[in-house]
Amino acid sequence: MIERNFKIWRGNSKGGDFVNYKISIDEGMVVLDALKLIQADQANDLGLRWNCKAGKCGSCSMEINGKPKLACMDRVTDYKEDSQITVRPVKTFPVIKDLVTDLSWNYEQNKRIPPFKPKPRENGAKYRMQQEDVDRVQEFRKCIECYLCQNVCHILRDQEKKNKFVGPRFMIRLASLEMHPLDTEDRIPAIKNEYGSGYCNITKCCTEVCPESIKITDNGIIPIKERVVDRFYDPVLKLFRVFSGSKK
Amino acid sequence: MIDIKELQTFEHDVIVVGAGGSGLRAAIECSVQGMSTAVVCKSLLGKAHTVMAEGGVAASLGNADARDNWKIHFRDTMRGGKFLNDWKMAEHHAKEAADRVNELEEWGAVFDRTKDGLINQRNFGGHRYPRLAHVGDRTGLEIIRTLQDYAVHRENIKVYMECTALGLLKDGERISGLIAYWRDSGEFILFKAKAVILATGGAGRAWRVTSNSWEYTGDGYALAYHAGTELINMEFTQFHPTGMVWPHSVKGILVTEGVRGDGGILLNSEKERFMFRYVPEKFAPETADTEEEGDRWLAGDKTARRPPELITRDEVARAITKEINEGRGSPHGGVFLDIATRIPAEKIKKKLPSMYHQFKVLANLDITKEPMEVGPTLHYFMGGVRVDSDTQMSRVPGLFACGECSGGMHGSNRLGGNSLSDILVFGRLAGLGAKNYVNSLSNKPNIDASQVNEIIKNATDILNRESGTNPYLIHEDLQDVMNRYVNIVRTEEELKTAILELERIKHGAAKVKAVGASQYNPGWHEALSIGNLLISAEAVTLAALMREESRGAHTRLDFPGERDEWLKYIITISKNKDGSMKIEKIERPSPPKELAEIAYAKIEELEK
Ligand SMILES: Cc1cc2nc3c(=O)[nH]c(=O)nc-3n(C[C@H](O)[C@H](O)[C@H](O)COP(=O)(O)OP(=O)(O)OC[C@H]3O[C@@H](n4cnc5c(N)ncnc54)[C@H](O)[C@@H]3O)c2cc1C
Ligand code: SF4
Ligand code: SF4
Ligand code: FES
Repeated sequence: MIERNFKIWRGNSKGGDFVNYKISIDEGMVVLDALKLIQADQANDLGLRWNCKAGKCGSCSMEINGKPKLACMDRVTDYKEDSQITVRPVKTFPVIKDLVTDLSWNYEQNKRIPPFKPKPRENGAKYRMQQEDVDRVQEFRKCIECYLCQNVCHILRDQEKKNKFVGPRFMIRLASLEMHPLDTEDRIPAIKNEYGSGYCNITKCCTEVCPESIKITDNGIIPIKERVVDRFYDPVLKLFRVFSGSKK
Repeated sequence: MIDIKELQTFEHDVIVVGAGGSGLRAAIECSVQGMSTAVVCKSLLGKAHTVMAEGGVAASLGNADARDNWKIHFRDTMRGGKFLNDWKMAEHHAKEAADRVNELEEWGAVFDRTKDGLINQRNFGGHRYPRLAHVGDRTGLEIIRTLQDYAVHRENIKVYMECTALGLLKDGERISGLIAYWRDSGEFILFKAKAVILATGGAGRAWRVTSNSWEYTGDGYALAYHAGTELINMEFTQFHPTGMVWPHSVKGILVTEGVRGDGGILLNSEKERFMFRYVPEKFAPETADTEEEGDRWLAGDKTARRPPELITRDEVARAITKEINEGRGSPHGGVFLDIATRIPAEKIKKKLPSMYHQFKVLANLDITKEPMEVGPTLHYFMGGVRVDSDTQMSRVPGLFACGECSGGMHGSNRLGGNSLSDILVFGRLAGLGAKNYVNSLSNKPNIDASQVNEIIKNATDILNRESGTNPYLIHEDLQDVMNRYVNIVRTEEELKTAILELERIKHGAAKVKAVGASQYNPGWHEALSIGNLLISAEAVTLAALMREESRGAHTRLDFPGERDEWLKYIITISKNKDGSMKIEKIERPSPPKELAEIAYAKIEELEK
C-alpha cells in the first residue's frame, strides 16, 4: 500500500476549486478506482460517471494531469510515486457537478445526421458484403462515444464556431454512413454546408486522444473532405494536399 | 404533502424503463405501433450494460454451418437451461432471433463477414454450431449503437437520460405511471402512462466479484415486487467462468467466452487441461475425448466433437472452482486461460482486440504471449419478473418486463450469446404486448397523490436525516455477505447465515444517510439503490434455500445432482400484505408435446 495525493476539481456551473485527498493505493489500481475510493470514504457526493470499468462504454472521460483520458484505463502506478495526480472535468462542455459535464450538445448533433438508408434486399435475400469492404466502417463503429476527441477539437472550443461544426466524433459517424456498402443516402452537401467539414484544419489532435485508436483524421475526415471536394471546394484540403504531396 | 400539480410532469402512452438492448428494442416497437413512447435510463444513452457485451448474439442464421436451424437452437437452449426454461419463451426466442439479427443489419449494424460476404458466426459454449453473429469482441456496442441511432430518429420516442425510476404508480390494480428523479438536479418527475415496460437488467452489484456495472442494483425487480408482481427463478444466478482475478481492483471484469470459442484452453497449475475430467454424462456423447479431436472440431471438421471448454457455463464455473479449492489454482487464485499458444498473435488481435487491450492496460499482460488468469464472476440473472410468454405482461395489468429484468426464458442456466438475442426478441414482443393492452383500455388511469407522496418522502428522508450510516459501507457489507454465503456452491447452513446477515444489514439500511445536496449526488443515488439490492439479494437467498437440488447455475453441496421431482416446480417470490417476502413452490404446466419432442430429440434427427 502506497499513499498518494489527489487533487480533484469540485464545484458546479457557478464555480469551484481543487480539493486535496490522500488515499492508500493498491497494486494495479486505475484512477477511477482511486476516485471511487475517495467517494466511498471521504467524499460521498463526489460527482463522477462510470459504467464498464474496462474502456468499453466511454463514460469516464476526464482530464488527468492535463491529459484527456478514460479514468478506468489509466493506471495510478504509471505516475511517479511522489507526484500528485490532478483530476478535472473535460473543458469543452459545461460542468454540471465535479467531474460530470453536460454532454447533451453531442446527442443533438447525432440527431441532425440523416440515418442509415439501406438498399432493398434482392428478393428478400441476405445482404452480402465482403469483409475488406466493411473494415473501414467497422473501425469507425468502434467509437465508444467518450467525446474526448470533441473535447480537444479547437473548433468546438471556440464558442462562435461550435454550432457550425459537428466535431470529429460525428465526422466519423458521417464517414461510417457514407462508406457503408449498403447505404443509399447522400449526405455530401450537408457535410459541407450543415456539418461544417470545411472548419476542420486537420490538426489531428482528435486522433491523438482517441482511446479506440481510430484514425479519425486520416481514415475518416480526410476521405470525407475528398468526397466533398469532388463536388465542392475545400481550401484547407487543397493546402493540405500541396504540403503533404497527396495526389488526386 | 407535495401538491402533485407542482411536479414536473410528462405524459406518454408507454414508459420504457431502461435503454439497453431490450429497452430500446421495446421502445422502437412501441413507436412503430404508433404509441407515444418515453425511454427513461439511469446513465447516458448508449452506456447501458448492453454496450459491454462482447462475444456475440446467438441466432440460427445457418451462415457458418448450413445444418443449423431454430429447432437445434431451441434444443441447445433447453438443454443448457436443464429443461427448466419456459417452453414457449424458448420457442419464441429460437424462432425469431434470426429475424431480429437480420433486422439490425437493415438498421445499419455491420457484423463480421464470412468468406461469402454473409454475417459470420462463432462458436460458443453449449451451442451445437458456430451460431454467434459478432463484431470482434465488441458485439454489444454494435447492437446498442444501432438501436440508439435508429430510436433517436423516431419522432414519437422521447429519451430521458440520467433519470432514475423510483416507484411505480397504480390506479387500483393497473399501472398508471411512475415517479423518477433527474440525477443532475435531484428534482422529481411524474410520468403518467397507460403501460410501463421494465427493461432494467439484473442485480449483480449485490456481489463483490461481478462483471456488472453500477447500474445493476435490481431496480426493476424491486419496482415490480412493490407493485405486486412475482419474481421467478431467482435462485439461478449465473457465474461466468472467466472473470479477471488480478489486479485486485479489476477482479470480476469479464473475459469473453469468445476466447474459448476461438480455441482458448483452460489449464491448472499442473498445466493439465482439466476440463476433460469434468464433462457430465449428458454432454459426453457430444464432447471430444481427446485434445486432437477438439482441435479438429475447431478447425471445422464436421465429424469431430467440441472441446470440453465449450460445455455450458455452469459446468465450467464449477470445475474451475473445484480446481482452485483443491489447490491447483494459479498464483492469484484463478486458473489459466491460454490463447497465446493456440492461435497466431495477429489473429488474436483481430478477433479479440478488446481482450488484448484490456489485459495489456489493466494487468500489464500480453495475451498473445502469456496465459491469462481467470476465475468465476457473478454475471447474469436468469431469474426476474414473471411474465406471460407471449405478451411479456406481468400479473399487474399494464406492467411489462423484458431482457435480463424478466425471468423464465433461460431456465436454470443461460447459454452465452442467448441474452443479446433475448433482448431483441422479447423487447419487440413487449412492445407489441403493450400496444394490445393500451388498445384494450377504455379509460385513462388516474394518479393517486398519496402514492406519489410516499415515494418522494422515502427518497428525501435519506437526505434530510440528521445522521446515519454511509451508503457505500452498507453496500460493501452486502457484497461481502453475498460473496461469502450465496456463491457458486451453496449449503443450507450458509444460506441461513446469509438470511440473518441480510436482516442485520436491513436494520442499518433503514438509517442510511446521504450527505450533501440532491444535485448530482452519487451518495444519494447509492443510498436509493440499497433497498433494491436487498430485495434482490433476499429473493435469491430464499429461493436458493428452498430449491433442494443442484440444477444449472444453482449448486447445493448438501443436495448434489438434479432431482427429477424438482423439474416440476419453479419458485416464485412476491410481497405479503405485511411487507414481508413470500416464497412459493409452484407447479409448472406440462410441456407442449411438439416442443418436448424437439428438446429431447437425438441431434441427428434434427440435422436432417
Ligand atoms: C461484460 C459483459 C459481457 C457480456 N457479453 C455477452 C455476450 O457476448 N452475449 C450475450 O448474449 N450476452 C452478453 N452479456 C449479457 C448481456 O449483455 C446483458 O444481459 C444484456 O445486455 C442485458 O440487456 P438489457 O436490455 O436487459 O439491460 P441493460 O443493457 O443492462 O440495460 C438496463 C437499462 O436499465 C436502466 N435502468 C436500470 N435501473 C433503472 C432505473 N431505476 N431507472 C431508470 N433506468 C434504469 C439502465 O440505465 C440501462 O439503460 C454480457 C454482459 C456483460 C456484463
Ligand atoms: S483534425 Fe479537425 S476535427 Fe480533429 S481536432 Fe483537428 S480540427 Fe478538430
Ligand atoms: S472517436 Fe474516439 S475519441 Fe472520439 S468519441 Fe469516439 S472513441 Fe471517443
Ligand atoms: S467506465 Fe466505461 S470507459 Fe471507463
